[in-house]
Amino acid sequence: MTEDQPSSSGIGAAQGVATSSRGARAPSGSLAERLIGRAIQVTGISTVVMVVLIFAFLIREGLPAFVRVPLSSLLSARWYPIEGYFGLLPLIAGSLIVTVGAALIALPLGVATAIFIAEIIPDWARDILKPVVEVLAGIPSVVIGFIGMLVIVPAFRVALDIPTGLTAFTGIVLLAWMALPTVVSVVEDVLDTVPKTYREAGLALGMSRWQTIAKIVVPAGKSGILTALMLGVGRAIGETMTVMMVTGNAPRLPSSPFDIFQPARTMTATIAAEMGEVAQGSTHYHVLFAVGLTLFVITFAINMAAAMVVFRRTKRAERMLS
Amino acid sequence: MTTPDGASDVKIHVQDLAVAYSDGTESLQGITMDIYAHQINVLFGPSGGGKSTMLRTLNRLNDQADVAAQSGQILLDGENILARDYDVTQLRRRLGIVFARPVPLPMSIYENVIYGLRLAGVKDPATLDAAVERALKQAVLWDEIADRLGDNAYALSGGQQQRLCLARSLALQPEVIMLDEPTSGLDPISTFKVERTLQDLKQDYTILIVPHSVQQAARIADWAAFFLQGQLIEWGPGRQVFTAPKNKRTEEYITGRFG
Repeated sequence: MTEDQPSSSGIGAAQGVATSSRGARAPSGSLAERLIGRAIQVTGISTVVMVVLIFAFLIREGLPAFVRVPLSSLLSARWYPIEGYFGLLPLIAGSLIVTVGAALIALPLGVATAIFIAEIIPDWARDILKPVVEVLAGIPSVVIGFIGMLVIVPAFRVALDIPTGLTAFTGIVLLAWMALPTVVSVVEDVLDTVPKTYREAGLALGMSRWQTIAKIVVPAGKSGILTALMLGVGRAIGETMTVMMVTGNAPRLPSSPFDIFQPARTMTATIAAEMGEVAQGSTHYHVLFAVGLTLFVITFAINMAAAMVVFRRTKRAERMLS
Repeated sequence: MTTPDGASDVKIHVQDLAVAYSDGTESLQGITMDIYAHQINVLFGPSGGGKSTMLRTLNRLNDQADVAAQSGQILLDGENILARDYDVTQLRRRLGIVFARPVPLPMSIYENVIYGLRLAGVKDPATLDAAVERALKQAVLWDEIADRLGDNAYALSGGQQQRLCLARSLALQPEVIMLDEPTSGLDPISTFKVERTLQDLKQDYTILIVPHSVQQAARIADWAAFFLQGQLIEWGPGRQVFTAPKNKRTEEYITGRFG
């Protein structure tokens, strides 16, 4: 488990490095050649080792939580660490609601925007829009959180007539906004790689432009769109600063769908807010690491799923070439 | 079989066609020629000669490209298809095209064949089944894949994919089938099968093909047109063009002096 963790959690570079350095060694070139090969190898391996170490550290610090706190308490709905209640469910629920909500908004909007940029507008407009979208992806999350606090939160409070604008929904909207440029950019790239011949084949069969997009181009880029979704979700679930600033941070387990208009607290925000004040080695400290471990497992599962989708796509591409 | 001696009907008449792309390259100049019904009409010549542009202008796929200027007329059964308000979708159903690289759609073999029909609104399963069988038989693919129509189209070999694309065009029962170097990626056996298929198909369809070699052009042409740098150098019955070309450049190209 520990061994294959890093290699499949997205450090494909390390694998590439391993093969290329082997390739460089085969002709056994000059000293410089071998030194460079070795240096790349060391870089690749150290990256893998670091991820393994992070994971090992998380386990070492997180596992004691499961010994000190009974499982029934960890699975309860109350998170009052000062009083010894360490229920993780509200935090997991908070993270999932915010993430899934953001994905539900970002995916359709992102795919639609990508189709617009890749297929509909003329080339010159595309040359402007594409870089703009990519710049948007680089806005620091604290800036988005800041805009959220000053603009979105008061607006929501007034518009929805609720006691506070610091809600899970506010977090969803801002996270969707953050994930959107990534989704747009990746999906646009994917649509761009769909061969022109596909479109022509569609048109030649008497399809309209819209039918060609909906029935040929998008299905052909399906796996890439899934990857974009995974990347967007990965970004959203790991996001800390924005959600901490706008979701109100009340660890309560939602009981109805309307609770998205109530404050919520995510796993990331909990760790960020409490880790600084906790006594090292205390139960609370270990539980926070257990939260981190949970987060790690969730993101790992998402990355894994994305990698499997991409893997399937390359296999199909190989078949096409044969 | 009709002899290629002018006895056959004109299916498409091209009059003074000129096409220029927006990057300044003039792709076709002053093309005037006929394409005969129930004949294999061959467009040949070195690459960059405007053969593909010709095909893509005929079914208006070139509308998608950066065409800066286009003049002249193309009459399909006497009707000018370059008219601005001409129904392009309908035109493309009448003039099927098969590209150099097979482009199966990412779906099953069966769905690939009936794709155009579904778009045209055909829903009756019996009609669709019959259309699949007929089209695949015409494309000489039926015997090889009849028992795996549900498989993904990408599971087929290159030659089979190309014939699948041909079947996909045939399923729409077009009047003209245009093929742009359909055998350029195929092995000799598959090439032979496609060429033989064309001989059968011309009973029912008008065939317009850009072959991938002079040899292939000479093998299959009922009518041959030699394109060189956007100009139609010579055009006539295949036997005459390949055995007694009138133009010196045609002769030089056929005998391999350039190309």
